[in-house]
Amino acid sequence: MAHTAKKRDYFPYLLLVPATLVMVAIVAYPLYETFRLSFTNTSMSPNFEYVGLDNYEKLMSRRFPEVIARTFYWMSLSVALKMLIGTLGAVLLNAMVPGRTLFRILVMPPWVIPIAIGVFIWGWMYNGQFGMISGLAQRVGILDAPFEFLAYKNSAFMATIVTDVWIGVPMVTLYLLASMQSISKDLYEAAWVDGASRFYRFRRITLPLIIPSIATMALLSAIATFNSFDIIWILTEGGPRGATTTMIIDTYKTAISRFKYGEGAARTVMIVLFLGSFMFVYFLLLSRLAKRSPNNAA
Amino acid sequence: MLHKYRWYEYVLIYAGLAVFLTFVLAPFVEAFVVSMRPLTSLFSIPYRFITDKMSFDAYFTMWENVPLLWMYMLNSFFIATAVTVLGLICIIPAAYAFARFEFPARNSLLGIFIAVNMFSGAVLIIPLFKLMQQYGLLNTYFAMIAPGTAFVIPTGIWLLRSYLVRIPKELEEAAWVDGAGKIYTLWRVIIPVALPGIVVVTITAFITAYAQQFIFALTFNSVNELNPLPVGLFQFFGRQNVVWNELMAASLVGILPVLFVYVFLQRYIVAGLTAGAVKE
Repeated sequence: MAHTAKKRDYFPYLLLVPATLVMVAIVAYPLYETFRLSFTNTSMSPNFEYVGLDNYEKLMSRRFPEVIARTFYWMSLSVALKMLIGTLGAVLLNAMVPGRTLFRILVMPPWVIPIAIGVFIWGWMYNGQFGMISGLAQRVGILDAPFEFLAYKNSAFMATIVTDVWIGVPMVTLYLLASMQSISKDLYEAAWVDGASRFYRFRRITLPLIIPSIATMALLSAIATFNSFDIIWILTEGGPRGATTTMIIDTYKTAISRFKYGEGAARTVMIVLFLGSFMFVYFLLLSRLAKRSPNNAA
Repeated sequence: MLHKYRWYEYVLIYAGLAVFLTFVLAPFVEAFVVSMRPLTSLFSIPYRFITDKMSFDAYFTMWENVPLLWMYMLNSFFIATAVTVLGLICIIPAAYAFARFEFPARNSLLGIFIAVNMFSGAVLIIPLFKLMQQYGLLNTYFAMIAPGTAFVIPTGIWLLRSYLVRIPKELEEAAWVDGAGKIYTLWRVIIPVALPGIVVVTITAFITAYAQQFIFALTFNSVNELNPLPVGLFQFFGRQNVVWNELMAASLVGILPVLFVYVFLQRYIVAGLTAGAVKE
């Protein structure tokens, strides 16, 4: 047998030591701490007591389910827009027209720069009195008076989504573009020879073959969007009147701004449950795609 | 021909691209124009894209009005570099282990590493804050570097692993036959051959680290001299009277290093972004 010939080899485990140490210190242990804290009333003072499920019971109030619903609404809208704009962008960048190399380079900057800096710029653009969006809208006649985008519930909600989409679209676009370019040219030529129109070729070849990529990207994008902090914190800090308070923002406010670590930790546990279920679906999707891929003509 | 477009198709494609790229690039153009406007015409109604007396003045006055601007930029650069170096020290051996060795629980271990990608710093901010407080690490560079490192490792392992898998096994077997130790083989045989892959991982990690400093610095650091650029400028963003032209000028100068890196290495960056995921 093979295993008798080879003595037990610890080398691969040795190679994993540095990465594992970092993960235990920064992710695993803090995660355990979160669970423990969520059953305590830990606050500023060093003294705390275990309070059982009190923190979770407090979450049952009307406010927190609202936060969950808002988070999912915010996330779904943002991800849907990212996928829609990203797919359209990828189709356009995939067209064999002069200048396409340059256009592809020009898509990336929002992803490359620090998120916070991009958000500063949007903060100015949303300014009602002097910002570009309100200003241009008045010039064109859509608005007849200055409009402060971040001061009203609905517009602030949409404004934070638009900025989130702006930051997320480059990644989605280039990912889907790469996916489109990995489709065999033969398929298109065969269809072309048969006289299929360009739109027909898109609908019957491109779209079915990139659907798995779209699904994968949508899930990854959902996870990233769920975690989004910088954009909302800089633009609105969750306001006005809680209109942009997602679960992440709510947790940060509870724990870091109001020092209620125990209550914040209970919120984090809820977040981890949601993220865990996204990740579960992601792995499920990957394993199903892996099973299917050998049959893929592409 | 397959790729021959009719004239109206060209019009449609270019019009679509124009709208798409306007959405992506308009904020940068606006930021640049704002940085050129004197304050008086910045706060004038109605809105005008080009105003008179445009100048680069803000690029000079900002150094006086934001005295620590140099520090912020250096801090950003230093933190991102430290995260990248520490990240690579963890990523290279781990990716090598996953790419080359058979060991029990290999796939589940890899899965666990990938699953870490679902967390961001924001999720673990409470225990991390408490830990940093407990060990007296608040207001140090370490507090901003260590958490960032954890979040570049999973993607790095994934990217480098898919690169290493493609390197022929015979290469290191030859080295072993010649009596080279395993660590020596990794250092002198694998790493030189895998350099293009390592470059991709390095760039991806650096950009991620540079982009995601905000929450750690905002939460763990209150010493202004240690602040990276995003938090340094955030203090000015929050004020009643924001000096917008200087804020925009400082922002643009601050993103110059990454844009520079991007323009020269964009081929690698796009490869890194898309490689692992599409092929696997």
